[in-house]
Amino acid sequence: MRAMNKLKGLNRTARKNYLTYALVIAAYIILEAMMRGGGMKAATKGMLVPICAYIVMALSLNLTVGVMGELSLGHAGFMSVGAFCGTAATMCLRDSMPSAGLRLFIGIVIGAVAAAIIGFLIGIPVLRLRGDYLAIVTLAFGEIIKSLVGNVYMGIDQGHLKFSMFTNELNMSPEGKIIIEGAMGIRSIPKIATFTAGFILIMISLVVIFHMVGSRTGRAIMAIRDNYIAAESIGIPAFKYKITAFTISAAMAGAAGALFGNNYSSLIASKFNIDTSILVLVFVVLGGQGNMLGSIIAAAALTILPEALRGFADYRMLMYAVILIAVMLISNNAKIKDILKNIAEKRTAKQLAKGGASDE
Amino acid sequence: MNMKKFFAIFLAAMMIFSLAACSGGSTEPAQPADGGESEGAVTIKIGATGPLTGGAAIYGQAVKNGAEIAVEEVNAMGGIQFEFNMQDDTHDPEKAENAYNALVDWGMDMMMGTVTSAPAEVTSADAYADRYFFLTPSASSTNVIDGKDNVFQMCFTDPNQGTGSATYISEKNLGSKIAIIWKNDDSYSTGIRNTFVEQAAALGLEIVTEETFTEATKTDFSVQISKCQEAGADLVFLPMYYEPASLILNQANAVGYAPTWFGVDGMDGILTMEGFDTSLAEGVIVLTPYSADDSSALNQNFVKKYQDKFGEVPNQFAADGYDCIYAMYKAATEAGIDPASMDHSAICDAMVAKFTSMTFDGLTGASMTWGKDGTVSKLPNAVVIQNGVYVGM
Repeated sequence: MRAMNKLKGLNRTARKNYLTYALVIAAYIILEAMMRGGGMKAATKGMLVPICAYIVMALSLNLTVGVMGELSLGHAGFMSVGAFCGTAATMCLRDSMPSAGLRLFIGIVIGAVAAAIIGFLIGIPVLRLRGDYLAIVTLAFGEIIKSLVGNVYMGIDQGHLKFSMFTNELNMSPEGKIIIEGAMGIRSIPKIATFTAGFILIMISLVVIFHMVGSRTGRAIMAIRDNYIAAESIGIPAFKYKITAFTISAAMAGAAGALFGNNYSSLIASKFNIDTSILVLVFVVLGGQGNMLGSIIAAAALTILPEALRGFADYRMLMYAVILIAVMLISNNAKIKDILKNIAEKRTAKQLAKGGASDE
Repeated sequence: MNMKKFFAIFLAAMMIFSLAACSGGSTEPAQPADGGESEGAVTIKIGATGPLTGGAAIYGQAVKNGAEIAVEEVNAMGGIQFEFNMQDDTHDPEKAENAYNALVDWGMDMMMGTVTSAPAEVTSADAYADRYFFLTPSASSTNVIDGKDNVFQMCFTDPNQGTGSATYISEKNLGSKIAIIWKNDDSYSTGIRNTFVEQAAALGLEIVTEETFTEATKTDFSVQISKCQEAGADLVFLPMYYEPASLILNQANAVGYAPTWFGVDGMDGILTMEGFDTSLAEGVIVLTPYSADDSSALNQNFVKKYQDKFGEVPNQFAADGYDCIYAMYKAATEAGIDPASMDHSAICDAMVAKFTSMTFDGLTGASMTWGKDGTVSKLPNAVVIQNGVYVGM
């Protein structure tokens, strides 16, 4: 009874946060049960981990775009850094660490840290810009990361890591093993990413984002977003808060990348191009800026959609585009929005009336 | 726009669209020839993935067309019946994995590979883990076959093409000053370039300049072309797909630079590319195991059927697809494959044993054999483009 009252006493944001957690956990339990029961199609099973990775990407970008209010067009770059560092790490640890779960954990942590460092370094010049300028510069940084990652050669030789750029000059001994091979990327990756790991990553991302948004930092960031001049005039150090959020966002993208990379047997740098950045941006815009649950649903739906449309064969991608346009138009239609708003208002009014009655 | 109007337009668009989709016709997987014949016959489900849409679609479509002709012929013979289902992977490893899983759900018995290299690295690893027999028509990277006993290639490997090209150029004395333009963010291009440079050094060929481009810069080659020209290159090696190659030929023609152009199997397809002036490709040498002007009865039959059905001259990818189906047919017949009594892993083992011991005659080579590592052994051949068609050299 007390717990119930406590739940009622929460404000709307907190209630929505708990709803998000609950839905994610419920989805996980249902899917995991289906997987264990063996009633799941191979096609569905194969998409679970990439969906988790894209959800974390969408949450990460939503922190930048929705909460911070800055448009980033190079988010796939952070995913790329995380994917390559995280996957290279799990490949290096392959012989010395038999536990796949532990290896994956370390890989994800390394991917997140590496992407956070890159995010911090890029944030220093980038976050001094605003609006369109920031969008263009992040776009350029995304391309730079893609080009750099596509030219790295890395190998492990008798316990030493060896690096070279542009050409393969590693001079490996016969026992040495090449891990990253420039444009050909990483190959023969053992698939160690699991749905459970993806679920845990989504939960951690949600906890971090919700806590941050509700904290002093989050309030400061949103104040800067809503009125930069007013926020600065009352002494909020805008740059410091922005770079904090940007680094956290990059770290999440890196973790998503490490999960993604460990799910496929080969990984190439050209996968993380502007198309991927835009795709993630589409998740965020469709799900609603600042709306984490929306991002999760949009990321899952838009990853499944092209596969669900396989029946259309040659017209599949055209259908995908048509549906995307239709959904964007319908979800932004003023009339439909009004209807939804009315329903929501009626429900809250009802709840309020009920709550008031039971409090008496 | 008001809601009614919007929905009216949207629904109309959907209707037109679904009509278009119906008239497409090629979307259905090929069915066994007819009910009477397939009664009691062995039916094998063959899955395939390839780029049917997107930038590399010409390869996927060609393989699909070639394979469909072979499937029709095989089914008409009345022995083993094939059901063929090719899924789109848009040349993306992630989508290829999804396509592969869709085929597993469809209940495929064996796989006629993935058309392009990067996606094939993912699907072949899955097929190896799940024990599906895997024969790729055209994924030439060694990563596809490395360490997988059940994965075979119908095409040459990338290193094979690189060394083959360098050897051919050296033997036929095609050029003394060689330039290379390659795409350094692409595993296919990089793989061939690396082995070409190695072999060229071993044979004492002089490479005067190496120019690179990436996915983002594949539209303007003026800098690379002028550098090749400045370096005095009389032969330019183009280890890339036909799309950027067509632009290079076009832009070099505009500045009046006419060295000998030498391409590999990715160049195949340039003659059927829409909007490309084939006179620009005059004199281009392509290292490919197949040429449509080959006068053998087998090839003439294939070219005629292909032209009747699809209205164009088949390229090497179509021939690879055709050969794959026939090689699988031969192995399946000889090994006595029957999906009714064997699961896919038993089929896989039987096919692997047959593949490493049989000899196969096809469009892309006579007396082909496969090693345990999955590589094919057949003779590389160069063709030169004359009057818009390939002519054997």
